[in-house]
Amino acid sequence: MAESHDRPAEPFTLRMRRYDPESGDAPYWDEHTIELQPHRSVLEAILQARDRFDGSIGIRCSCRQAICGSCGVRVNGEPALACHTHLDAARRSAPDGVIEIEPMGNMPVIKDLIVDMDAVHWKKIQRVTPWLIGKQPVPEREYLVPRESMVDVTQTMACIQCGACVSDCLAMEVDPLFIGPAALAKAYRFVGDPRDDEHFARLNDLAQDPHGMFDCTHCFKCVDACPKDVNPMGQIMRLRRIATADHHIVDQNNGERHEAAFASLIRDNGLLWEAELLPRSYGGNSWLGKFHPRAAKELISSLPTIVKALVRGKVTPMGALKPHRIPKPDLKSVQSIYERIDGRDSSSGQRFELNLYIVGEDEEPPPQELLVAGVAVEGGASAAEPPGAAEGEQPAEPASPEGSTSV
Amino acid sequence: MPAHDVLIIGAGLAGQRAALAAARKGASVAVMSKVHPVRSHSVAAAGGINAAISIDDDWHSHAYDTVKGSDYLGDQDAIEIMCSEAPAEVMELEHMGVTFHRNDKGELDLRAFGGASIKRTAYVADITGQAMLHVLYEQLMKHHETVELFEEWFTISLLIDEAGRCCGVIARDVRSGAMEAFKAKNVILACGGAGQAYKPTTNGLIVTSDGIAMAYRAGAPLMDMEMVQYHPTCLVETGILITEGARGEGAHLLNAAGERFMEKSAPNKMELASRDVVSRAEQIEINEGRGVGPNGEGIYLDVTVVPRRRTLEALREIVNLGRDFAGVDITREPIVIRPGQHYIMGGVKTDVDGRTAIEGLYAAGEVACVSVHGGNRLGANSLLDTLVFGRRSGEHAADRAAHMGMPEMDSGARLLEAEAQLEAIIERPRDGRRVSEIKTDLGELMNRYAAVFRDEDGLQAALATIGRLKEEAQKAWIDDRGTVFNQDVLGAIELGYMVDCAEAIVLSAIERKESRGAQYRTDYPERNDEQWLKHIDIALNGDGAGGPQITYSPVTITQWQPEERKY
Repeated sequence: MAESHDRPAEPFTLRMRRYDPESGDAPYWDEHTIELQPHRSVLEAILQARDRFDGSIGIRCSCRQAICGSCGVRVNGEPALACHTHLDAARRSAPDGVIEIEPMGNMPVIKDLIVDMDAVHWKKIQRVTPWLIGKQPVPEREYLVPRESMVDVTQTMACIQCGACVSDCLAMEVDPLFIGPAALAKAYRFVGDPRDDEHFARLNDLAQDPHGMFDCTHCFKCVDACPKDVNPMGQIMRLRRIATADHHIVDQNNGERHEAAFASLIRDNGLLWEAELLPRSYGGNSWLGKFHPRAAKELISSLPTIVKALVRGKVTPMGALKPHRIPKPDLKSVQSIYERIDGRDSSSGQRFELNLYIVGEDEEPPPQELLVAGVAVEGGASAAEPPGAAEGEQPAEPASPEGSTSV
Repeated sequence: MPAHDVLIIGAGLAGQRAALAAARKGASVAVMSKVHPVRSHSVAAAGGINAAISIDDDWHSHAYDTVKGSDYLGDQDAIEIMCSEAPAEVMELEHMGVTFHRNDKGELDLRAFGGASIKRTAYVADITGQAMLHVLYEQLMKHHETVELFEEWFTISLLIDEAGRCCGVIARDVRSGAMEAFKAKNVILACGGAGQAYKPTTNGLIVTSDGIAMAYRAGAPLMDMEMVQYHPTCLVETGILITEGARGEGAHLLNAAGERFMEKSAPNKMELASRDVVSRAEQIEINEGRGVGPNGEGIYLDVTVVPRRRTLEALREIVNLGRDFAGVDITREPIVIRPGQHYIMGGVKTDVDGRTAIEGLYAAGEVACVSVHGGNRLGANSLLDTLVFGRRSGEHAADRAAHMGMPEMDSGARLLEAEAQLEAIIERPRDGRRVSEIKTDLGELMNRYAAVFRDEDGLQAALATIGRLKEEAQKAWIDDRGTVFNQDVLGAIELGYMVDCAEAIVLSAIERKESRGAQYRTDYPERNDEQWLKHIDIALNGDGAGGPQITYSPVTITQWQPEERKY
């Protein structure tokens, strides 16, 4: 057993955000000092404060082991499960040594640390048709599906619906209608499930929705927030790849072309060229495309932001209009990555994804067999193949640039 | 007033399964739960679900293993039903979408589990309960037009009419504090066990014997209450569960000398003997000074013998639990565990369709005692129990509802009474003890005297203390005076439920003067079939003024005569 577990109890001070909807008063801060061993959880600390000092502290909780998903809160401003956050770690991340606990964000507060998950989280879950639409006819026994496919969807099945990712989703802050990380991860649970019969309809629905899969801005907040390594953003990216590459869905939100524009700009210049991004997203990679009417419309609506950026010196006119340059050898290496990926895609029609959920993150170089286990094969034709088929073409590097790895 | 054909209290696996079954029969269905359905404690079930689905397996073998596991106290007719219906039930869940892990042929993979003579446990990594619960909730979302959900509604009491029939409940909307009477042709209790009467326990904070106590107070007999399961592998400090799947995948138990001590008590099955057998063996090692960890109160569970890749894929959750709650990487070093309260085999006595002694009242899942687990439940049989008997209860209740009118009952007086009861708790003067203090005392008491080893003196001492705690609980005070999410006042009601349940456990344990299954009496160390091959029923008769009454009922034996139990 780890030595830290023999350490004696110490005092920890909690600063909790309290709100009593019946009092008519505004939310306020409430401080309590409790005593616990440093490796015990923030939830245990809150419960001790509740048991000893004030039974009216409101928090949902049950299992104490990060499986029921009840106790999502913000600890020192970051979303977390209270039961899954150690007191010593929480104190280290507190600027003044006082552990600050608030209700989760993006959801209305009902009382103290209790938020209205029905109003936001569950509504969004319901949006993604969250049940299996099984292939017909239903077999007498189980559906026969590749071993890897069930291991793969276990990652999204592991979501405990705690709402931590919803709490701090930046895209949702800007667009409250965004379906959001938890619900889109849930959607992958069906899109990645070979038993489901509606992959195209699901993907098309989520791609065409202006608040759907292309609303995500890759900020990684949900990846950090998730206590169960579900990697919601990674699942959203997988939805996008399957929608565009496998089902050839061209969405009305221009999401697919926007991604393609990103990719082609990096390939051409090695760095992003912001001024070219919009025209290329709408008009494609041609000179004429720059005059696409929707690009102009989008440009006009973006003008205030552009002006602000110019005024504050974030961009210079020349810097924006001319592409950024990187040294030639570097550009060559970037382009060689593209060549490699493109070559692989066209030759095999398969994508390789390293599912870190399965292999775990390890500081030690994993043995070769681990790599084999970690690769989940995805995509129409490949899913039907026996698992062994993919193993002959293992990528030498652990993660392909398109992999579902988190940082 | 809301009125339904079938009102289900509790939204774990048994409750949700019952709801789907009743709705499929065309009944109007409501599910009421004090927490959101996916927070129900079924979510913590880890290892898997048993079913004889392999071509090498036979449900008779599953039934025999279950009978033997129960130490012959299980009712064999009920066990035959559960085991023979298991394969279809698992397939049904698979078709609904549970992501059961597959073998290389794409069929359901099966893992080894305690007390089973063959690999027959289907699983989703080690989050099987979570996967099943979430998939059932997906189905409830799909069928939202036929199943009405009352999420975060706390049930205060059962409504019993003058003829002694159950015709609804009184409940409180946790969110608004509003109290309401719910009328129903049938009520199905599916609100779990009593783990929080123990400290530590693997069970969540919501597992407070609500259903057991409500039925008991309404006059329904409880059965097998002395049979409380201690799971062999729980974290020492917190009681957090480390799945039996770990041993199913090959992990060893070691004492301080590094010996696989299970050799002594279960030379054939070793670590995969029944849970009662393994927990006792561990407790003996600890008691005799061969324990490990602080104060020698633990045993090593060595998962490092399982290939690391397999552990990461199939035991992912306990890798996280070890890291986050014990600071141990179980793929690289042994983890210290010990037996901990996990499950209550006893509960509200029912028949194989979930019917209790009260007309219109059903029970399914851990709250019920059919009895399929008898003296000791096999790992991975509880998920099965919830599904099979949840479904059967739902179907039976729906059929019954089809042939009757909505009961007529004036619940106004009862509603006022319940409102006054809560108001009185809120207004209690602060001269007694806090609810939390009494709860801690109760939990520690039960864990000391009604645990793996028991004797007359300890149990009598526990009974006396419970009597005092019961009085204190009636005066226990709280802080919260509000209505919105007043969890404090609900905690006071839960404490009352737990004290009643604890009393029934201790009285039954005193009554059974033998050792069988989870009940090991150091003063009666042998199993005594001649005198004690029978169930102990305990009930509050009439208005409960006479106190708990104990009676016996026979064990149903169909094809397996009691034998000496060896693993």
